Amino acid sequence: MELLTPDIGLVAWSSVAFLLLLFLLKKFAWKPILSSLEERNTSIEEALAQAEKARKEIADLSARNEEILKEAKEERNNILREANKVKEQIVAEAKEKAQADAAKIMLEAKEDIEVQKKAVMADMKNAAASLAVEIAEKVLTRELNAKGEQESFINELASKATLN
Amino acid sequence: MKKFNIHLLVSLAFSAFTLLAFANTEEEHLGGEEVETVYHSEVEEVEHEFDAKEVIMHHIGDANEFHIAGDLSLPLPIILWEKGVGLKTFMSSSFHHGASAIDGYVMDHGVVKKVLGDFPAGHHEVEVHHGEVLFEGAHFETEGKSTLLASSSFYDFSITKNVFALLMSISILLLVFIGMARFYKKGNMVPKGIYSALEPLVLFIKEDIAIPNIGEKKYAKFLPYLLTVFFFILINNLLGLVPFFPGSANLTGNIALTFVLALLTMIITNINGTKTYWGHIFNPPVPMALKPLMIPIELIGTITKPFALMIRLFANISAGHILILSLLSLIFIFKSFMVAPVSIAFVLFMSTLELLVAFLQAYIFTLLSALFIGLALEEHH
Repeated sequence: MELLTPDIGLVAWSSVAFLLLLFLLKKFAWKPILSSLEERNTSIEEALAQAEKARKEIADLSARNEEILKEAKEERNNILREANKVKEQIVAEAKEKAQADAAKIMLEAKEDIEVQKKAVMADMKNAAASLAVEIAEKVLTRELNAKGEQESFINELASKATLN
Repeated sequence: MKKFNIHLLVSLAFSAFTLLAFANTEEEHLGGEEVETVYHSEVEEVEHEFDAKEVIMHHIGDANEFHIAGDLSLPLPIILWEKGVGLKTFMSSSFHHGASAIDGYVMDHGVVKKVLGDFPAGHHEVEVHHGEVLFEGAHFETEGKSTLLASSSFYDFSITKNVFALLMSISILLLVFIGMARFYKKGNMVPKGIYSALEPLVLFIKEDIAIPNIGEKKYAKFLPYLLTVFFFILINNLLGLVPFFPGSANLTGNIALTFVLALLTMIITNINGTKTYWGHIFNPPVPMALKPLMIPIELIGTITKPFALMIRLFANISAGHILILSLLSLIFIFKSFMVAPVSIAFVLFMSTLELLVAFLQAYIFTLLSALFIGLALEEHH
């Protein structure tokens, strides 16, 4: 069969041509193409990894932001609470102090009053005593006068005697 | 492989169907006598009787000129090496499509043959038909060129139709793929135009043929061969399907080319065979008594694998060409326009199928080459 017998000419030409094609394509086509595709693959992989990383970072960042916000809120609350507490404390302290002061002032006033009272009493006693002595003196000097006269005299003295 | 089997079944069923249809219609339309004349035309040398077999064989075979249309042919360089004489070169147009003999060589239906016997050198007008030369009333026998199976007195290293197609396909491949390499080297990330069709194929061969069959570690060394073989077979299959110049050459359906490709796969396989591979051949894991039987079988196996590769590609592509040409020949056999629509419909169907076969055969050749290489590279059991 003619179809089944390989021609030497075509065998020779196709061997040479195919080997040449293999050599040229290997050197000038397959190597650059495959390395470019490889490069592209790695760059795509890298880009994807980077995108993933960036996404994670953004997620982290927002989580951190939220946390910071939460912390800030808490801190604000804390500060407010503390301020309130301090305020209350201050008010309470002020109240206490005012009460104490008031009490002290009252006490002092009382003491003063007492002292004054005592002084007045002493003065009154002295006055009464001196009045009595004076009256007694006058009485004694006018002893001999009528009894009636004596009594009006005493009354006169007594009304003259001013306490203070 | 399963896909391939299904496809084979389909194509087998289809060819069986067309053959049956062909046989039936032939009997219906032609009387017994007419059938006889058709078949005997070759013997009786009826000049204008249509001979489908000859037409088909001429189309799928190689030729020393590239027929374009009518009387128009592309002249191709004839390069002959005659034993004991030496090199002879001239253009095929000097044969005047067979009407002239040059230095004892004639062109018989497009193929160069040497006239046997005492034939004068120089240019002479002759009549050539089926290996017989009529010159000045005398008959001369001819002899064909040397093949791998039979040696004759001359070798034909001409740029034949197939060599022309070979060189053309190689130029196209070089242009396209070196262009593609440049395109990527320019820093382009996204393929454009034809490259976006080729890139998935390149990646397919790398990721679905080379790596699974040869292995992640060793595939890189064989990838250029697999890629080259795939695209070389593919483009020649496709160009062969183009019914007019410069397509139509049946290069991948020529056994010389499939022989070379299969031989390369065989050489690559055996050169890279590991200890395990050769151990399996010369010391197969069978009982001692079976070894004398197994070793020759294993040895033959190293040849039958590439042999099957050679035959598979050749037969599939040639069969496609024969089928399409046969369907078209029906019109001329019946000498009726009524057959034309049927023929064209079938040819359209077959051409579509052949388009699939073009990819499939390129894929199968590449896949099996990768498989054989992968088997030879296996290290352990």
